[in-house]
Amino acid sequence: MPSYELTVNGKDVEVDVPEDMPLLWVLRDELRITGPKYGCGVGVCRACTCLQDDEEVQTCMVKIQDADGSEVTTIEGLADDDGLHPVQQAWLDNDVAQCGFCQPGQIMTAVALLNEKSEPTDEDIDKIENVCRCGTYGRIRQAIKQAAENTNSGWFW
Amino acid sequence: MVHPATTDQEEAAPPSGLRRRRFLAYLAAAPTLTVAAKFAAQGEAAAAPGPVSAQLPLPPLSEVADFGDVMVLASTPTTALMKLEFTGDNKVLFELPRLEVGQGLNTSVAMILAEELGARVDDVAVKLSDARPELVWNQFTAGSTSIRTLWHPLRTMAAAGRARLITAAAQKWGVPAEQLKAQGTGIVGPGGRKAKFGDLAKDAAKVIAPSVSSAPKDAAEYAVVGKGHGRADARDIVTGRAKYVSDIKIPGSLVAVVVRPPTLDGEVQSFDDSAARRMPGVKEVTEIPTGVAVVANYTWQAMEAAKKVEVTWSQGPIAGQSDSDIQAQLADMTGTLGDTLGDGADAGEIDETFDFAFVSHAPMENNYAVADVKNKRAEIWTPAQSPVAAQKDIAAAIGIPLSSVTVNVTRAGGSFGRHLFHDAAIEAAQVSKAVGKPIKLFWTRPDDTKHGRMRPASHHRIKASMRDGSVRSWAHKMSSVQVDFTHGLGDLLTSTVVQAEVGKLPASQLYFNLTQSIPYEFGTTTISLNDLQLDGVHTGSWRSVHSATFRTAEELVIDQLAEQAGADRAQFRMDNLKNERAMTVLRKAMENGDWGRSLGQGKAQGICVHEEYRSVAACLVEIDANDRENPRVTKARIVVDVGQPINPRGVEAQMQGGLVDAISTVLRASNHIDDGAVRESSYGDFQWARQRHTPRDLGVEVLPATTGDPGGAGELGVPVAAGAIASAYAAATGTKPRTFPVNH
Repeated sequence: MPSYELTVNGKDVEVDVPEDMPLLWVLRDELRITGPKYGCGVGVCRACTCLQDDEEVQTCMVKIQDADGSEVTTIEGLADDDGLHPVQQAWLDNDVAQCGFCQPGQIMTAVALLNEKSEPTDEDIDKIENVCRCGTYGRIRQAIKQAAENTNSGWFW
Repeated sequence: MVHPATTDQEEAAPPSGLRRRRFLAYLAAAPTLTVAAKFAAQGEAAAAPGPVSAQLPLPPLSEVADFGDVMVLASTPTTALMKLEFTGDNKVLFELPRLEVGQGLNTSVAMILAEELGARVDDVAVKLSDARPELVWNQFTAGSTSIRTLWHPLRTMAAAGRARLITAAAQKWGVPAEQLKAQGTGIVGPGGRKAKFGDLAKDAAKVIAPSVSSAPKDAAEYAVVGKGHGRADARDIVTGRAKYVSDIKIPGSLVAVVVRPPTLDGEVQSFDDSAARRMPGVKEVTEIPTGVAVVANYTWQAMEAAKKVEVTWSQGPIAGQSDSDIQAQLADMTGTLGDTLGDGADAGEIDETFDFAFVSHAPMENNYAVADVKNKRAEIWTPAQSPVAAQKDIAAAIGIPLSSVTVNVTRAGGSFGRHLFHDAAIEAAQVSKAVGKPIKLFWTRPDDTKHGRMRPASHHRIKASMRDGSVRSWAHKMSSVQVDFTHGLGDLLTSTVVQAEVGKLPASQLYFNLTQSIPYEFGTTTISLNDLQLDGVHTGSWRSVHSATFRTAEELVIDQLAEQAGADRAQFRMDNLKNERAMTVLRKAMENGDWGRSLGQGKAQGICVHEEYRSVAACLVEIDANDRENPRVTKARIVVDVGQPINPRGVEAQMQGGLVDAISTVLRASNHIDDGAVRESSYGDFQWARQRHTPRDLGVEVLPATTGDPGGAGELGVPVAAGAIASAYAAATGTKPRTFPVNH
């Protein structure tokens, strides 16, 4: 099997897996990084969302050969061991999660959105496609706005 | 366990010669259900001929004893088998015989225990209990009954623990016990003396007669219960550390994916696995009753290899039928109402019909289970709402004794009723037995959408008549593809309720009668359910079961009645409501949502009240339906009275979730059946609401305690929001929506 090198959550890793194996399954089955979730396998539900070279990707749609040499951040790598990223903190403050299964993907999507737009509007938030079957959308909206506010006011860093 | 009939209340036979009707009498203060002899379904009254004036209203069964009361009755005999454990590191452990599916039960349970113990909520660790068959019916998560069934046992248990801990400290310090109190997971005494629970536990266990009261607190003393609290597992979730069954990896385990039939319940005739076996990583291919399992090292390898198995299938039992055929059969079942309820003198009789499509449960976490079967023993990991039934079914499926099966209950990534069924666990056990290795069995999203469970399609016929602005008769006949209750709940209902001689109705009928009611003074009211048994269609209880479709259909007819009466829609409801709690939440929803304010073209408000689970909620929504393909609920206000709220923040979350369920199922999301197969395969075509379909303006008010006991909350938000959204859509579009979702 071919070998690929990538950086996951700041750590260099080498994996020997089939070339068309999706990054999601490399993370979950090979690297045992289980924050990114399988929800549909076709890039629609976005529970598998991570950052690849700081861009939001649906890891179920990225073949490992296309991730070779890239830097991948999963929910586990968003903050240092005991710390929380401002988006994670906002998720806690707003008690967003219900079953929690989609939330790693929701948080990664929100991080990517805030990286791109420091003050996202309601229209920007409306464009988020991630499915939450429990229906936490209202609190997700609040949490994104709070995370933006906290980051922009320097409250956090 | 269940005491049979002790009273027999019968109404006098009405002059028209109607059959004598009998009904339940529930004595609220009594420890057991006290019932009359036989209960006749309300549908019999509906079908009876004769003028309205001759028909006396029969109170819906659910108003005297509802499903939650039955669950309390069923679970009570074994509540003493639950226990608290105090550890040396000053934690309190409780093994919860229920399933955490996102409803926040773990948190609420920790709060109740912390309240009565005098512990910090964070010091109470709630773990999901393995299947414990000795608990009988006290390990069942369904019908928004968990808090209702656990409230008294948990408080009693924790209060008894507190009394013993205080007594132990008093003995240790040689001070009167009355001078001590429990707080902060410790006992505090005069002069600031403190002792941790963990250090007192051993002595407390020896206390036979506590020197202080073991009674639970009065509501006035609550410091934790009724105050909002964040989820106990929130930090694990936001850091990705929360572990679901799909995240479990047992050393040496393999992954299995099952090749499933093209039509529902088709069966394997023959298969050729030669190509699949040549695929990388494939370890085994084996037939199980539901299909052909492909076993590989990696999930992805199993998925890819499954595509290469060539299977010849038999046609499933509903091959050739599509959802339009099923809807036609359902409509036939309500078409012979008997059939005039009015005496002909009432003006404006309304007779309307409604159709609701199948809806997948579609929890975010796919159906998964892990099984390790070896040496005639099985160890299973699965999120099960009914683990005792799972244990029994798994034992039967692989031919080993019940006592040789261990079921570890894992948290669920959503359920909505899906995990009443433990199909993945049974399959995982079958494959593990065949292969001789631990197996993680995985249903792909298309597998779960096409072969998983669905809220059954239903048809509703409502007839109502008015005279002088008042509703004189109301008949609601629902026909539904039968909800599958063969997951243990059916047994619970039949053993508990039938033993109580309520009647020998099928489980789905019992459930219907134990949950449905009409909150309005509508004269002669009759409700009934007819089940269509349809082999091959995988149905199941779907959050609120019959209530969301029931409520939606009714609200649209109520709007028509209000129009006939020349009354405002909300005021008409207010004028006809029976229950003070319902009036209060409606009034507050009207205030909070600014009822009656003018909106632009293609926009409107809708409002609804729903009573169930000993709770009541009102919902006001505003909708913008200018884009008929993508109507959007733009604002929502929900006011909810759950009796005694435990965690108002959790109740709020449940209402918000119910609202999104309602937006999805009233406006967008459904399954089609084409020629015996489910058409949809993923969230791509199963149109669950996204962020852009939900309101930016959202408010939930959870009322402070109105009673001493908590009602149910988990399902309540669905019907109340569904009714409001349907009402708003009808008003905004000027149409009479009759099929749901409106964009099916």
